[in-house]
Amino acid sequence: MEVILVIVIGVLYASGLYMILRRSFVKVIIGLIFLGHAANLLIFTVGRISKGIPAFISIEGTLAENAADPLPQALILTAIVIGFGVQAFAIVLFKRAYQTTGTDDLDELNTTDELIQ
Amino acid sequence: MLLVLPIISPFFFAIIMMLFWNNTKAHRIINLVSSAASIIFAVMLFSNVNNSGIQVFQVGSWQAPFGISLVADLLSAIMIVITSVIGFSTAVYSLATIDHEREKFGFYPLLQTLLMGINGAFLTGDIFNLYVWFEVMLISSFVLLALGGRKKQLEGAIKYVTLNLLSSALFLAGVGILYGLAGTLNMADLARKLPLIDNPEMLTLVSMLFLIAFGIKSAVFPLYFWLPASYHTPPAAVSAIFAGLLTKVGVYSLMRVFTLIFINDTDFTHTIILVIAGFTMLSGVLGAASQMDIRKILSFHIISQIGYMIMGLGLYSPLAIAGGIFYIIHHIIVKTNLFLVGGAISKIRGTYQLKKLGGLYKLYPILGLLFLIPALSLAGIPPLSGFWAKFTVVKAGLDLGEFTIVAVSLFVGLLTLFSMTKIWNEAFWKDAPSETIGNKFSGSNTQKAILFLPIVLLALITITIGFYMEPFFDIAQQASEQLLNPNLYIDAVLGVSNE
Repeated sequence: MEVILVIVIGVLYASGLYMILRRSFVKVIIGLIFLGHAANLLIFTVGRISKGIPAFISIEGTLAENAADPLPQALILTAIVIGFGVQAFAIVLFKRAYQTTGTDDLDELNTTDELIQ
Repeated sequence: MLLVLPIISPFFFAIIMMLFWNNTKAHRIINLVSSAASIIFAVMLFSNVNNSGIQVFQVGSWQAPFGISLVADLLSAIMIVITSVIGFSTAVYSLATIDHEREKFGFYPLLQTLLMGINGAFLTGDIFNLYVWFEVMLISSFVLLALGGRKKQLEGAIKYVTLNLLSSALFLAGVGILYGLAGTLNMADLARKLPLIDNPEMLTLVSMLFLIAFGIKSAVFPLYFWLPASYHTPPAAVSAIFAGLLTKVGVYSLMRVFTLIFINDTDFTHTIILVIAGFTMLSGVLGAASQMDIRKILSFHIISQIGYMIMGLGLYSPLAIAGGIFYIIHHIIVKTNLFLVGGAISKIRGTYQLKKLGGLYKLYPILGLLFLIPALSLAGIPPLSGFWAKFTVVKAGLDLGEFTIVAVSLFVGLLTLFSMTKIWNEAFWKDAPSETIGNKFSGSNTQKAILFLPIVLLALITITIGFYMEPFFDIAQQASEQLLNPNLYIDAVLGVSNE
């Protein structure tokens, strides 16, 4: 299981990086989303994966051996919610920028870097 | 309890403002009340921390390290006080400069949520919570930057948003790996547990992830390209608060994690920070020298000044870190003020471009004086605050025998003076070019008074720090002692119960 997840994370990071290096607005957003997912899965994996043992403390007050750690999942949930909000904003921003500037090519967004002499 | 107020209070007032969504007059008043209240809470918190040491609050009574702790040591308290002062100045300034369109779309509630995010980032003692506060701060800043929807603003916002989201993803990955290593997220607990882990290579690796993530946010070399592309696009009030506070949250986070958590291999990590500091100073000031737009010059100077603060951290001695903290105090006030003066210039002339400006000294000699105070302070002319800040950092560098970085910082100081005199010559001293667009302050006399009030206030603070630097420096020194003695922080968080 870990091995599969590790490969998935690697592929997500690689494709995310590739996508944010593209010039099209939409591909940049997809790249950002991939990077967010890769980070989430990374937390999931490093938080140790164990199968079928819930993280409940029994009446005797002991935690089952190899119980799942619930904290990484709580972190991921938080990160997903935050990521969702931020990505929604990014999509609207990029759409608005497309409408205003009339281009979806990042290389043409260079008016703010122009040197005025 | 006092620890929650700087976070809760702006949030509370932001919600109240949202209840009166269409009433911009109410927004203006509530915004002022909220900013003034923040100053009171911040000063109360500061005097508390100053008198009785590090303050800790366990949110929801969940004991550390299981719950989220809010921690205020001297560095946090200093940052909270400055944030509230800058927040207040911007709140006043925006009354005269923000147009009605932006006010209608919730400029003031956004300003308060931004301040809430910044305060939260300064106060939290939990590394994942820091990520959450970063996001609160970022989303408010995204909207503030794009609000108004001008072409330039949107272009700047795209660059700002993309790079900051990238930095957040890296930060999150770093937090995840750190949790995998230590099994805790509480910063004090991390500081206690990480030395016991026999995987120092991994720890150094994670520290580099954090360095890059916070490096993007604090705009260090070579990760700063979003800053000069976006900071000159929003209205002056927004530029000013961004310039003063946002990058400094990154610097604060660097100072926090590289004095508390990642101190296992300081030879390696802090040398990297020192090298970065040198390049940041130099590339920032060279960028500024090539620009002819007031706000772009000032934006590049933010970068070069960040270098000095990081240099304090990289030198990693009590005096150096005290110098870094003192530099932050001085820089936030001076830089915000310069952006406010820049805004005032554009209110008079209608442009930020130096070629089209001129003759302002004849028209408004007082504005010239008000520009000179922060400008000369930024360049480090005695006896203004910047001189003491630079002097401390340079002295610390000399004590440690790091002559290269000292030479770079002195050279950069000279170039800073050069570009400040460039603004002075072009905007104030030379004769106005014939096609000057405007030569009168556009607006009523009350607006003029409102515009100048925060500028005068911040200039007075700069002069006070300059002529009466000892108490300020004492506090910076105490803050640095606290930072370099992580056990104080650890004991305060993990040893004290909630009552």
